[in-house]
Amino acid sequence: MAGAFQFELVSPERLLLSEEVTMVVVPGSEGEFGVMAGHAPMMSTLRPGLLRVSREGGADQAYFVRGGFAEAGPKGLTVLAEQATSLSDLKAEDIASQIRDAEEDLADAGDDDARARSAAALAQLREVQAALKLA
Amino acid sequence: MPSLKDLRNRIASVKATQKITKAMQMVAAAKLRRAQEAAEAARPYAERMEAVLANLASAFEGRDDAPRLLAGTGKDDVHLLLVATAERGLCGGFNSSIAKLARERAKSLIAQGKTVKIVCVGKKGFDALKRDLGAYIVKTIELRHVKRVAFENANEIGDLVRAMFDAGEFDVCTLFYARFQSVISQVPTAQQLIPATFGEAAKTVQTDAVYEYEPDEGEILAELLPRNISVQIFRGLLENAASEQGARMSAMDNATRNAGDMINKLTLSYNRQRQAQITKELIEIISGAEAL
Repeated sequence: MAGAFQFELVSPERLLLSEEVTMVVVPGSEGEFGVMAGHAPMMSTLRPGLLRVSREGGADQAYFVRGGFAEAGPKGLTVLAEQATSLSDLKAEDIASQIRDAEEDLADAGDDDARARSAAALAQLREVQAALKLA
Repeated sequence: MPSLKDLRNRIASVKATQKITKAMQMVAAAKLRRAQEAAEAARPYAERMEAVLANLASAFEGRDDAPRLLAGTGKDDVHLLLVATAERGLCGGFNSSIAKLARERAKSLIAQGKTVKIVCVGKKGFDALKRDLGAYIVKTIELRHVKRVAFENANEIGDLVRAMFDAGEFDVCTLFYARFQSVISQVPTAQQLIPATFGEAAKTVQTDAVYEYEPDEGEILAELLPRNISVQIFRGLLENAASEQGARMSAMDNATRNAGDMINKLTLSYNRQRQAQITKELIEIISGAEAL
């Protein structure tokens, strides 16, 4: 076991989490990736999705994150998310209203580029919604 | 010379005022603590963001394909001044010192022949600037209904700024707010948002590690720069909230003390006058008795 590393989850309003963890699964914009101790330095933007934190002793925790980026460095992993909510505090309506917003964005999108972007965001949000219903 | 009754009334009214200012001071103190906590909680995010962006931006320095939010439009003809003030008064020189800084900047830009546009965040800034710079104010955003500044509020302002920039309505954007130093000192600050600038502190945090980027640096930068505007505005608004309460607290502390001084003076003259009246009445009685 490579052991624990420092993980910080920061939203613009506050520092949500700062502690030693064994593994974090981050929803990167080009696919989910897991980070463990000694990860090569990397930086990735986030897509809306679930961020899973595993600790020593097995107490897992999940957060819904949206927008921002993750930075894995020699000092550990830092996730800066524009929105981060603990899964236990997340309500189905929140996601539903975000999906509605995304649908409106898609309807308003002017050019192909914007349409593709909002369609992708919408698909990702629906994915999260589906995942939550199963959980 | 005011009569005894007048003096009594005045003392009562000053006492009532003192109670109000004292209550306002205590409310401001409680709010200040909350605002300060919020400002401190937001600091890690803004600092990290700045450090990462400074890192990425240095790679793009001098390159032609740098995003416009970083490199600017290549002109500096139209300046947008984003003036963030409070929604309420009675907070000492807080609103006027921000407005003064913004006004000086606007006047010097106009003197240089540049076009100036002003967006006011907060009603008091608009009130202060509308008299001599009213023609330049393009929009006023009121945050009166907002009890606690949330990131969404800053994001809405950020959206507006980005939309204006994309529409080519300005070249340079500067944010005016008061940085919170302590309860007695708030520093009016001008911070350039577009093109993005990074503090010297952020530049020294560079690490030697070679990062792998996913997607590539350009795309990350293009995604983070617009977000950074909202983050910086958010930070400004939070600093402003803390500064406002700090300024109000010390202003109300002063007001309470002045009211106390005034009550002392009024009480002294009230007592003197009452004594004078008693003496006068005694003299009247005694001289009346002697005359018999």
